[in-house]
Amino acid sequence: MTPDMILFLVIALVTLAAGFMVVTTPNIVHAALWLILNLFAVAVLYVMLNAGFFAMVQVVVYIGAIAILFIFAIMLTRHAMRDSGPRFNTDWPMAAILGVALLAALIWILSRWQSFMTLPPMLTSDTDILRQLGQALVSPNAFFIPFEIASVLLVAAMIGAIYVAWGKSGGKK
Amino acid sequence: MALLSDPVIFIANWIENLLLGWGLAPLLVTIIMDLLGAGIISVAMLLLVVILIVLERKLIGRLQGRFGPNRVGPYGLLQTIPDMIKIFTKEYITPQGADIFIYNLAPIMATSAVLLLWAVIPYAPRVVGSDINVGVLYLVAVGALGTLAILLAGFSSNNKYALLGAFRTVAQMISYEVPMVLALLVPVILARSMGVNEIVNAQYVWYVILAPLATLILFITAMAEVGRAPFDLLEAESEIVAGFHIEYSGLKFGFFYVAEFLHAFTISGVIVAMFFGGWRGPGAETYPILGFIYFMIKTFLIYFGTIWVRGSLPRVRIDQLLGFGWKILVPVALTLVIFTAVAEKMMFLMAATVIVRILVHLVINLLLVLVLIVIFRAQEARRPLRKPVAEPRTVALGRHSVPPESPSA
Repeated sequence: MTPDMILFLVIALVTLAAGFMVVTTPNIVHAALWLILNLFAVAVLYVMLNAGFFAMVQVVVYIGAIAILFIFAIMLTRHAMRDSGPRFNTDWPMAAILGVALLAALIWILSRWQSFMTLPPMLTSDTDILRQLGQALVSPNAFFIPFEIASVLLVAAMIGAIYVAWGKSGGKK
Repeated sequence: MALLSDPVIFIANWIENLLLGWGLAPLLVTIIMDLLGAGIISVAMLLLVVILIVLERKLIGRLQGRFGPNRVGPYGLLQTIPDMIKIFTKEYITPQGADIFIYNLAPIMATSAVLLLWAVIPYAPRVVGSDINVGVLYLVAVGALGTLAILLAGFSSNNKYALLGAFRTVAQMISYEVPMVLALLVPVILARSMGVNEIVNAQYVWYVILAPLATLILFITAMAEVGRAPFDLLEAESEIVAGFHIEYSGLKFGFFYVAEFLHAFTISGVIVAMFFGGWRGPGAETYPILGFIYFMIKTFLIYFGTIWVRGSLPRVRIDQLLGFGWKILVPVALTLVIFTAVAEKMMFLMAATVIVRILVHLVINLLLVLVLIVIFRAQEARRPLRKPVAEPRTVALGRHSVPPESPSA
């Protein structure tokens, strides 16, 4: 067992445990915090995959924006201190059976994979990868058009959000 | 000689050779050295806060025309020690109904988010905590963690004023993160790399000369990110009853206090690394200890600038703050990034000399400063004048004293 494998196992266990706690903890703000731990552990996995840029973007976008948005939504729409109501769905046996079936299918598929013990290939240095990513995003042969369409989509979402937020006051402006 | 001119690398090599000589595995030695480095940086920064607090109090006092603390020690310089003893001995009061785990986690997260920032800033040539090539993005990411800590602090206190203060804090911080990232993009474009070490190494000419407007925008937005005056309505006592840390007492409040001062100093360090050349100076490459001294001098000068601004300007209201951030800073920062990128590419294609490069960037920045002033004046002119709420009446001055009327005629 190389140290890389041990580290991967530890991080994977943290990710799974945090994910489990997200759905089973009774306090909804605690659930958001466990989600943050989960996202952080995924960022560490990105670092172990030699993709430091994606780890940083994960922290900035997911934890710095999306998780904060979750927490805002929780705090503004519920009295989170005293929320109540049943946590678990009444149909949970069926969901458990489906989950176990999916897990069995995945294990069966992975059991046919031969390369569990091969080490990943060494990639070139990070700067080249970053440079290639930047060039791929703006080069017309690569992902330029999806990039621009995603930007247009974001602008449309922003305009929609502003219009919805204006509400009754000054919607005509 | 090597010890005096390059102490950190010398001592690090000595410890590493010692551990390897004891027969430890190289991987373990690397881990131990990393942990030791992180521990030393954290402890050094936390001890530096002791000096920063008393420096700030003396300077604010002088700016306000009074002495600062001058009783404890020579010229009052040991004032922080009784302050620390006082904070250590205060009782921890946990408000009823507070979420205990989050309540205790928030100050730790706030301080560690600030200490994590010191991991990527180069102190001297070849002395840097962690030389990652996405250092600028790392700075933004860790700032996001600090924002989260404040939100958790305000929420877990079971106090509606703390919650409101936390919301305002997060609104201010995320509104000023956008122009801060845009202003941080300018040295990234000029240095062609996102790593802080590469940015410092590429500054043969300090970037403050190439891009003064970006320096100014980073200065303003960094102070708004930290929550220092004039943007400190979140935690000033006369505002929303001290904001998100109202329910914290004793050392937990001490953590927030330390985090704020250290964050201001850290952001000065970031500004110095990005725009003022970091450790660069005459003779810094041959004698790295001089590089560290230059870095500290420059950081303290920028920190003095933040204290100066704090002591001179009145506080900004939350709507003025958000308006300034979104309506003025974001368009100007965005335009600056666009023009800088286009100019850099054009000059790269035309293979311009260094002087031409400096002049072109300087002209772009000064033009945009003029545009900024014009926009500001136009917004001022357009704002409707407030109607006077009441007429001032003189009731106490200028009338001879009239005896009170007798009840019966």
